[in-house]
Amino acid sequence: MNLFGGAFAWILDPAHWSAGPDISGHLLEHLAVSGLCVLIAVAIALPIGIGIGHSGRGRGAAILISNIARALPTLGLLSILILLFGIGLLPITVVLVILAIPPMLAGAYAGVESVDRQTIDAARALGMTEWQIVLRVEIPLALPLLIGGLRATALQVIATLGIASAFAFGGLGIYLINGLAQADFVQLLAGAILITALALVVDGLLAAVQRLVVPHGVALGRSNPNDPQKRARAPRPRAVQEGMQS
Amino acid sequence: MNWGWIGSNLGLIGGRVLEHLALTAPPIVIGLVLSIPLGYWAGRSQVARSILLSLGGVLYTIPSIALLVLVPVVLGLAILDPLNLVFALSIYAVAIMVRSAADAFASVPQDVLASATAVGFSRWQRFFAVELPLAVPVLLAGIRVVSVSTVSLASVGALIGIDQLGSFFTDAFQRSFLTEAIVGIVCILLLAALYDVILSRIGRAITPWNHARRMAAPQIYAPQDAEVL
Repeated sequence: MNLFGGAFAWILDPAHWSAGPDISGHLLEHLAVSGLCVLIAVAIALPIGIGIGHSGRGRGAAILISNIARALPTLGLLSILILLFGIGLLPITVVLVILAIPPMLAGAYAGVESVDRQTIDAARALGMTEWQIVLRVEIPLALPLLIGGLRATALQVIATLGIASAFAFGGLGIYLINGLAQADFVQLLAGAILITALALVVDGLLAAVQRLVVPHGVALGRSNPNDPQKRARAPRPRAVQEGMQS
Repeated sequence: MNWGWIGSNLGLIGGRVLEHLALTAPPIVIGLVLSIPLGYWAGRSQVARSILLSLGGVLYTIPSIALLVLVPVVLGLAILDPLNLVFALSIYAVAIMVRSAADAFASVPQDVLASATAVGFSRWQRFFAVELPLAVPVLLAGIRVVSVSTVSLASVGALIGIDQLGSFFTDAFQRSFLTEAIVGIVCILLLAALYDVILSRIGRAITPWNHARRMAAPQIYAPQDAEVL
């Protein structure tokens, strides 16, 4: 397709890599802000998700909050926060963190919940404390789903950050907004390709990390696609909840 | 909040709600209808599963504004044609829904399928009378997620000038008028809730056995635990 050829030529054009705010600058900006948002979301959602997965409590509340967050339109939230706080990094970060929390939370609690109950009972029988069970048994075994959640989060943040360029943010979305304003489809397609490529590269890197950190013997990814859902409905042994309170 | 503005613009708000409904209902239906054969295929074959799921992942990565503007270029439609939004949202809906559909069909127990075949069901009969109904709960969970994200994603159409509830956001930004943005968000949340209620009602109506059985045997969807025990 001619348009795609044009877009790749546009991306490879040295002029777009050297002058003023060039592709590399927008790329770095996009990456830095996405990274910041993902980090904040992980810092909030990971402990909560692990707590929910370990104790089996608060799952309903987490799902409800996630669903509401999913229904909130990014564009609307962004315009409200920008009207309240002015144009800047703060409203963009807040909106993307709100967007990033549900997938991370889901990955964390589904991961911990998917750990075999018998394994946890065995760890408890060996005399492990609840903290040891969480840190040495549940988290390592939950890693495939935990990192799966992180990958979904990163994809979503990188793709959605493009919208922020409509509100005076740099980043790679600038080519979408400029392309749209100038009816320059080559530039627009180039912007779309750059964002998609960035998302895929980050996803590939995280997939490599997933391969490296998941302990041997833990099935990589979801070998049984229904496992987490079925586990999620499994009744939780009483001992687990009592253990949390003591 | 400027309540007076809401009072004097009820017609505009109502019109945009209807437009939003008209733009989001087709993608949700298309997503469901297309994902059933794709998900069935992915539920049967591991190769199909990995191909379809990674394809869905890549499609979902394309930024929404980019897709919205590329669709008319590729399809040759006018850029302001609302069909562009319907088409783009359908792509996202299928991309999310294929995974749920694959999980839904994989969740039907193998012995149930074997029994159906043993009783003399043909492949088609087995699909419509056994597999599809048993896949409904997981399909329904998937389509509820799709409906919520479609309703919220549709608002991005405002950036390319397709009139719906999202237009309140761009208007509000241009005019520094907070009330409009809040009206838009509230309407979108209400619409998402409306879809959710309708879909869960439909789900209840078409799976009456589900509630009766769930009361009797809570872990009906947890055959995994039978293995553990």
